[in-house]
Amino acid sequence: MSEKFNKAAETKRWIAGAIVFVILGLVGALSNSYIVSLMTIVLLFTFMGQSWNLMLGIGGQLSIGHALFVGLGAYSVGVLYLKYGISPWIGLLAGMVIAGSVGAVLAWLSFRFEVHGIYFALLTIAAAEFARIMFSGWEFVGAMQGLFFPAPTGEVDISMLRGGARFYYFVALALAAIGIAGTELISRSYLGYVWRAMRDDDEAARALGVRTFRHKILVISISAASAAAGGGILALVQGAIFPDSIMGMGISVDVLIGPVVGGLGTAFGPLVGSLAAIPLNHLMGALGDSLGIPGLNNIAYGVILISVVWFLPDGIWPAVVRGYAAIKGSLFARPLKLRKAEE
Amino acid sequence: MHDEALLSVDGLCLAYDGSNALNGVSLDIRKGELICVVGANGAGKTSLIRSIAGTIPASSGVVRMNGVDITRKPPWEICELGIAQVAEGRQIFGALSVEENLLVGAALKRAKAEQVNTLESVYALFGRLRERRRQLAGTLSGGEQQMLAIGRAIMSKPEIVMFDEPSIGLSPALTDVMFSVVKLLHEKGATILLVEQNVAKSLSLCNRGYVLENGSVVLHGSSEELLSNSEVQRAYLGM
Repeated sequence: MSEKFNKAAETKRWIAGAIVFVILGLVGALSNSYIVSLMTIVLLFTFMGQSWNLMLGIGGQLSIGHALFVGLGAYSVGVLYLKYGISPWIGLLAGMVIAGSVGAVLAWLSFRFEVHGIYFALLTIAAAEFARIMFSGWEFVGAMQGLFFPAPTGEVDISMLRGGARFYYFVALALAAIGIAGTELISRSYLGYVWRAMRDDDEAARALGVRTFRHKILVISISAASAAAGGGILALVQGAIFPDSIMGMGISVDVLIGPVVGGLGTAFGPLVGSLAAIPLNHLMGALGDSLGIPGLNNIAYGVILISVVWFLPDGIWPAVVRGYAAIKGSLFARPLKLRKAEE
Repeated sequence: MHDEALLSVDGLCLAYDGSNALNGVSLDIRKGELICVVGANGAGKTSLIRSIAGTIPASSGVVRMNGVDITRKPPWEICELGIAQVAEGRQIFGALSVEENLLVGAALKRAKAEQVNTLESVYALFGRLRERRRQLAGTLSGGEQQMLAIGRAIMSKPEIVMFDEPSIGLSPALTDVMFSVVKLLHEKGATILLVEQNVAKSLSLCNRGYVLENGSVVLHGSSEELLSNSEVQRAYLGM
């Protein structure tokens, strides 16, 4: 495979990515308000899924308690804005710093005491649940009654990150684009290959002089901070923050379902997965309500998770990439060369 | 003795789950030497490499690099001092491309600035790796993976390279290739500690050798001495 061919393929990939975002932009501009608000959630979970993906798909560290970081981001924006009138931009930044630090401390404690793998994942759940219960009883942040943002006036105010549903759609779209491009760039950078090496074989990476302890803390901290940014925007979009919904297990599952269904460790996986899973979740939720079967949406999640694990264990996106390569290969009768991991 | 040795190991002990993998091993390597440590399975060869590299800390004894005690240093500091290893079973990152594997080897302060040049020299040495640079390392053949593991060690611009059974799992023909690569590296000026089960081949390659049995050095001397030693001949050469 020549260098030139690689460059061309590279450019094509970025162009394809740009086209997807132009289409998503048109969706935001032209669709009705139901689609816009549903897609806003899809895009936000794409971004948060991307942060989770960075941690597991690239860094090799499993979190089942990402709601902790999402919630910290949401509360930072909410408390600073509602109690002190501080711009959500500052709130987002504060949330990222807080969540990044909490993530780093959690990782430090865990790996310092040799808590790894699935036990670390259990620790993330415990931390998220601890935070949820703590916030439920904390009057200053609204306890169980939660925090409410004033209803949007429809006027767009970028300095305060306030506006209507369509405004938030484009904010979420920008975030998703940053998430996808960021994952792609990190994955190819020095950090990307060092982290993937660590994910592949921790011992071997350590033997080559990679400071795996530090790198694990770093990847978890970055993942936590970006999840918090998504959480801050999610709070603004939903207009209210309740500990049970923003820090509950439900959010942790919503965050991870995109990358798991779409394709772990890939740049586009979380988008594809969120596009498949979240509308289905809402649809089945609505259907369940009208039929009087509560929890139908959770059954839908279960079914989609099991079928993906069963039929497409790498996720939807890698299967699409392989399918495309196979079709292209047979059309041009070019032997299918071994490709870099689903890029 | 210690001040002229590049790497010296003195009375190294390593206890694993109550049993002793190493019982006071001592050896030294001077700059530019190619020495081997031979022994049967379970003699403590891999334990020796791991405790020098710091991945499994020794229970007692001292390892010195250029006279500096490195026994309790973490692996990355030891790598940073120029001790590289080609691990047993190669330990390739299968989901990374060949080139990325090599770059991980250069993820050290001592090597990072020059990684482009070093990469070029590794490709010049192993043309096969250049051809397959974009390919996933997991798709390489056993021999190619071993080349990659060696290339990855070279990427750290080491002072000394430790090879842990480079011939393991390779066909006799590939084993010969592997030994000629080790020889070539030595001729180019590398200091090499070769740990092997293949006693005849490795001794004929080296200047000096140590024979390890049950975690202790039972014999050491020049390769000629060891090859003509009746114990070695009986136990390892099947004569």
